[in-house]
Amino acid sequence: MLEKLDLSWIDYLIMLIYFVFVLGIGWFLRKYMKNANAFLEAGRSIPAWVAGLAFISTNLGALEVMGMTGSGMKYGMLTTHFYWIGAIPAMIFLAVFMMPFYYGSKARSVPEFLKLRYDEKTRGLNAILFAVMTILASGISMYALAILMEKVLGWDFNISLWVSALIVLGYTYLGGLSSAIYNEVLQFFIIVIGLLPLVFLSLKDVGGWAGLKESLAPISTDMGYAADAWTTTWKYSGHATSNPLGVEWFGILFGLGFVLSFGYWCTNFLIVQRAFAAESVTASRKVPLIGAIPKMFIPFLIIVPGIISLALWKDPSKNFVMPLDAGGKPIYDYTIIMLLRQYLPAGVLGLGITALLASFMSGMAGNVSAFNTVWTYDIYQSYIRRPTGNEEADGKHYLNVGRVATIFGVLLSIAAAYIATKFGNIMDFLQTIFSMINAPLFAVIFLGMFWRRTTGHAAFIGLLSGFLLALLHHGLTVPEGATTLVKGGWLGVVHTYPVEMAQNFWTAIIAFSSATLITVFLSLVTRQIKTEDDLRGLVYSLTPRLKEENVPWYQRPAGLAVIVAVICIILSIMFW
Amino acid sequence: MVDIRIPIGLMFTILGVLITVFGLSTHSNSEMYLRSLGVNVNIIMGLFMLVFGLVMLFLARKKKDPGTADG
Repeated sequence: MLEKLDLSWIDYLIMLIYFVFVLGIGWFLRKYMKNANAFLEAGRSIPAWVAGLAFISTNLGALEVMGMTGSGMKYGMLTTHFYWIGAIPAMIFLAVFMMPFYYGSKARSVPEFLKLRYDEKTRGLNAILFAVMTILASGISMYALAILMEKVLGWDFNISLWVSALIVLGYTYLGGLSSAIYNEVLQFFIIVIGLLPLVFLSLKDVGGWAGLKESLAPISTDMGYAADAWTTTWKYSGHATSNPLGVEWFGILFGLGFVLSFGYWCTNFLIVQRAFAAESVTASRKVPLIGAIPKMFIPFLIIVPGIISLALWKDPSKNFVMPLDAGGKPIYDYTIIMLLRQYLPAGVLGLGITALLASFMSGMAGNVSAFNTVWTYDIYQSYIRRPTGNEEADGKHYLNVGRVATIFGVLLSIAAAYIATKFGNIMDFLQTIFSMINAPLFAVIFLGMFWRRTTGHAAFIGLLSGFLLALLHHGLTVPEGATTLVKGGWLGVVHTYPVEMAQNFWTAIIAFSSATLITVFLSLVTRQIKTEDDLRGLVYSLTPRLKEENVPWYQRPAGLAVIVAVICIILSIMFW
Repeated sequence: MVDIRIPIGLMFTILGVLITVFGLSTHSNSEMYLRSLGVNVNIIMGLFMLVFGLVMLFLARKKKDPGTADG
């Protein structure tokens, strides 16, 4: 099939230097890892800008980079909805409204917040689902990356899988969350700088943004869309059928912009953990906002080259190759690496491949460091061995548990990656299912923070039934043209969606709405066991406002939030 | 604990020098740069990374100077 891309010695040397630095950071930090608090929570000492870049870097994993570039080719500028409407508002909300309770509660994880606000069973349910989801996610991204490297670079699947996993294990084992976070900042810069030449060269090749619009116009009309459907965002969202995404404005706004994005950004411990590690409550509130600034511009780094690749692919004179599936459609996940291959000569090519490896590692280290924390604090410490009261001995004991959990987390991810090679569909299916917990989780946490009446029993049943109803919806509906039961309809087909995206959005909307309604209803009919004292610092109406009189407005979280919102609105209007 | 700007600065300075030198030594190889539309991206990116690395190191130093070093 594909002609293999040969790397030269300089490309391998660049990768090697990168490996030395990531492991070196872990090695340097190892001496600070004296107890579980340092290892699993970075001692709550990370400056806001470092945690902010780590926050965005851990989200910029291999699947994100590969997926978003591919989506750029498939859906055009509409892919930016995953950023400007599907991330920024939720990040602002997390920073301004939720971080004071998350951080102020002294909870060490999102499940632990549920324990403090509600009860043990709600925590247990979330902790177990989260732990499984994390391992699945990290296994699937490991598999995706190793297969890409095998197909395009000819690297042995086993070697690239084990080497990349062991490097992540090395630096997270040595330096814990601090090491993961510091490396994520380094990885962030490598990803941006490594992919930068691609943006400039591909834009130059198609004659800039104006040239791109011109060459996409006939392609777009050929496919039955308006000439500028690939280079606009909201313009054709009036009807699902008039834009390549296949979803109308309501689905985008409510499904993606509200339910899915708030469910992910505000409750996913993998992400929120970076803000938990900040040095103060104000710093923790700035973390998502500092992360939001690069987040808004990442579309230009990964989506725009994806859009360009459609123009290249349709123009025979460019000799741009895309691997095809059995149906003759491009395999979109390959877009980014095919672009690297198209434009980058030895030297910067090594840098580009290093950028892909770095994105994989930042995502996986995020998963591993979230997994070991939830395992140690929310599962081991609550169900297997409770603290003895001797703080020093406990700190040491849980540090060792955290370290062992790190090793097991990586080994389980590797196992998940191998299962994915044989049963890829099943793994995708499991990941789809486990991610359905996010939307009801947001409903439950949101109600918990802003309505003091919300009770533990209500939250538990709301969370569980929102999850089960989402599952039921997935089992009863299919996207058009689905060939496997993995895509839905495994209980029979009641409704057919035009595209898979629409099905996903509606699954989340149903999960969120039902969890909200059920939790509200049951809270009204069950008794609140928690006293006002228990809830102080956890619920809005019982928590004193933070004072920030001596700080200039632009350094306050709210001021920063306004700046972020204004830039985001300007970008949305520019590419309307 | 550690100023992350130091390792970032060091890494990009090293990579910057390496890629710039590689770009200079391959400058006459026009066939190699056909892919990148005739642009020697190695020199451009190498110099960019070098500057970025040095700025990071400079910022890390600047912060350390006034107070006493705290490791």
